[in-house]
Amino acid sequence: MTTLATTAAASAAEIDKRLVPVPHRVVAVRRDTADTVTIGLAPLEDAPPPFLPGQVDMLYAFGVGEVPISISSDMLLGSQREYTIRRVGPVTRALTDVTVGDRVGVRGPFGVPWPLEDAEGADILVVGGGIGLAPLRSLILQLLDRRNDFGWVSILYGARAPGDILYRSELEQWRGRLDTDVDVTVDAAGAGWHGNVGVVTRLIPRARFEPGRAMAFVCGPEVMMRYTAESLLQRGVPPERIYLSAERNMLCGIGTCGHCQLGPFLVCRHGPVLSWARIGPYVRVREL
Amino acid sequence: MGTPADEARVMGVDGLDALIRALGERGYEVLGPRVRDGAIVYDGIDGAADLPVGWGDEQAPGHYRLSPRDDDACFGYAVGPHSWKRYLLPPRSKVFEAERGAKVFALRSAEMPRKRFAFVGVRPCELAAINIQDHVFLRDTARDVLYASRREDIALVAVQCTEPSGTCFCASMGTGPAATDGFDVALTELLDGHHRFVASAGSELGRELLAAVGAAEAEQADVDRATTVVDEAAQRMGRSLDTEGLAEALYANLEHPRWSEIAERCLGCGNCTLVCPTCFCTAVIDTNDVTGTGALRERVWDSCFTIGFSYIHGGSIRPSLRARYRQWLTHKLATWRDQFGTDGCVGCGRCITWCPVGIDITVEAAALHEPAPAAGAGR
Ligand SMILES: Cc1cc2nc3c(=O)[nH]c(=O)nc-3n(C[C@H](O)[C@H](O)[C@H](O)COP(=O)(O)OP(=O)(O)OC[C@H]3O[C@@H](n4cnc5c(N)ncnc54)[C@H](O)[C@@H]3O)c2cc1C
Ligand code: SF4
Ligand code: SF4
Repeated sequence: MTTLATTAAASAAEIDKRLVPVPHRVVAVRRDTADTVTIGLAPLEDAPPPFLPGQVDMLYAFGVGEVPISISSDMLLGSQREYTIRRVGPVTRALTDVTVGDRVGVRGPFGVPWPLEDAEGADILVVGGGIGLAPLRSLILQLLDRRNDFGWVSILYGARAPGDILYRSELEQWRGRLDTDVDVTVDAAGAGWHGNVGVVTRLIPRARFEPGRAMAFVCGPEVMMRYTAESLLQRGVPPERIYLSAERNMLCGIGTCGHCQLGPFLVCRHGPVLSWARIGPYVRVREL
Repeated sequence: MGTPADEARVMGVDGLDALIRALGERGYEVLGPRVRDGAIVYDGIDGAADLPVGWGDEQAPGHYRLSPRDDDACFGYAVGPHSWKRYLLPPRSKVFEAERGAKVFALRSAEMPRKRFAFVGVRPCELAAINIQDHVFLRDTARDVLYASRREDIALVAVQCTEPSGTCFCASMGTGPAATDGFDVALTELLDGHHRFVASAGSELGRELLAAVGAAEAEQADVDRATTVVDEAAQRMGRSLDTEGLAEALYANLEHPRWSEIAERCLGCGNCTLVCPTCFCTAVIDTNDVTGTGALRERVWDSCFTIGFSYIHGGSIRPSLRARYRQWLTHKLATWRDQFGTDGCVGCGRCITWCPVGIDITVEAAALHEPAPAAGAGR
């Protein structure tokens, strides 16, 4: 009778870490743009479980609340992790107001990562919009680290304005490589901007890739991801090789709070990374 | 269906009373149906006298009323507004406490109450609902310790249904009116002639309990009678739902005009999710104490009918009632299967009875089973 109740025996300590945050120490704070800050966190005790690019941690600001934030650092960096956070509300405000030495609670990692292993030999397209570059950064760092495993690599990034461009010096550094294309555009240029102006999808027609062997990794606002997927499809990239990182309200991270539903998917468990072949039909339905 | 003849036992009301006391003596917190505030609710019980003796209920869409029976039935009603989830997944529970030193904070997970519950009077549809929530909270990749600590070692005394209400449709959902497993003891109440219960054990604990209360071996006539009254109940279900191809139809009909029609009636009150024995969604509340040195996280029942449920920065994903009702119904009858491998509905009828405007999931699902008239495709 109590089969499920008695068999699934995870130790109490293991379970607690999935439900209860572990305090970490803030070891670095870097201001990226006017509203975005990258913080580095290190565990006080045991090293946290390893993560893969695309996974998220739940970050807890003492007494304020907890929100899902992608791990943006290189997975090879060890137990110290970086998170790039845009201030939009109470919790992200508290998390971006920290100083070195403060404590932040961490639970995770949760979710399905970018399918890096399946991408070997493929032409890679990384398409980011706004803060969406954060979960792509950990991926890009791996792509570049293992550059010989892939065909063409293009990084396409769109920001609202030149001042909102994330990881600007890194983008410039990646652009300097002879084996990687980096194309950046802004929605609205200001004085002193001599780059592309327009939405990020405009960069897709001229990106270098063989549609049949391309694989795309997309993250940004939902509309941007929808339009990006459409233009990739138009260029012949198969829907099962276009991956998006879906965004839904997320409270538990383990598929039990019900908040992150997107049709048949629980974004925290089946996602956040999902192929267009799987979520396209649902992302297209308004208010689903 | 019915009770397996080889193990069937029989006892009177005194035997039932002894069974309830035996559970208490074994250290269980015994919970069962009682009459309170004009409804049958679940709460602590000490003996058979605490049960809703002589009460039945009348249920219809948006309608519930207790009605006196002309016999002394202990379980002569269907289901009330409560379900057992209020014990396994309390409306509000503590997740952890945190304390802040200068620049340090320490976290402590909430102590688990180590009460063992005994549920008496569990309907077959409610056993099915507990099984459904087990599939949500006890998956081996995501075992929820708060649920597990309450769920483990519970004792379940089921009661076969002989008085389905006007809103019941468990027969359609394959969850009742007879329970065949998942209980420690299952009772069938017989009211013809001498008031008695045919009892069968579903576990070692059940066998022990029945032996302890001295339940006699049942005669074949009583066993047959028990089968008959439950079979008859299946014929008297107030409602039905055709689930054949329903999940596929709901997936295909996400833009069906019926959703908008329902939205004109639905108040978005969330009653349906609160009374539903399978609805499991929760929200998290993080608070600070006044001094700012102590923090608390609690988990509370939430409802997909609230606007905030799907909030992400910039606004709600489902601002319209059309989208919120669609989320609820498609979750119950379609997407739940993909998420957890079971249906999300057991056919208990509570959402129909307790909806203030009488929206009926069986009627709406039937309408949505039919293809939408052309037009109205998504973006
Ligand atoms: C998988 C995933 C990865 C994310 N990665 C990052 C990241 O790397 N960097 C970053 O800056 N932001 C990221 N976000 C978004 C971030 O979680 C929200 O900006 C944050 O929850 C806002 O909380 P708030 O209290 O500051 O703001 P408010 O807008 O006041 O939010 C109130 C509450 O609503 C919920 N909520 C609000 N917005 C979102 C949202 N966009 N997604 C999910 N829940 C939300 C949260 O529970 C939050 O506490 C990610 C979201 C998801 C789902
Ligand atoms: S959806 Fe309605 S009928 Fe189905 S289990 Fe929930 S309350 Fe009962
Ligand atoms: S269906 Fe009925 S009970 Fe549910 S939210 Fe709408 S009005 Fe309330």
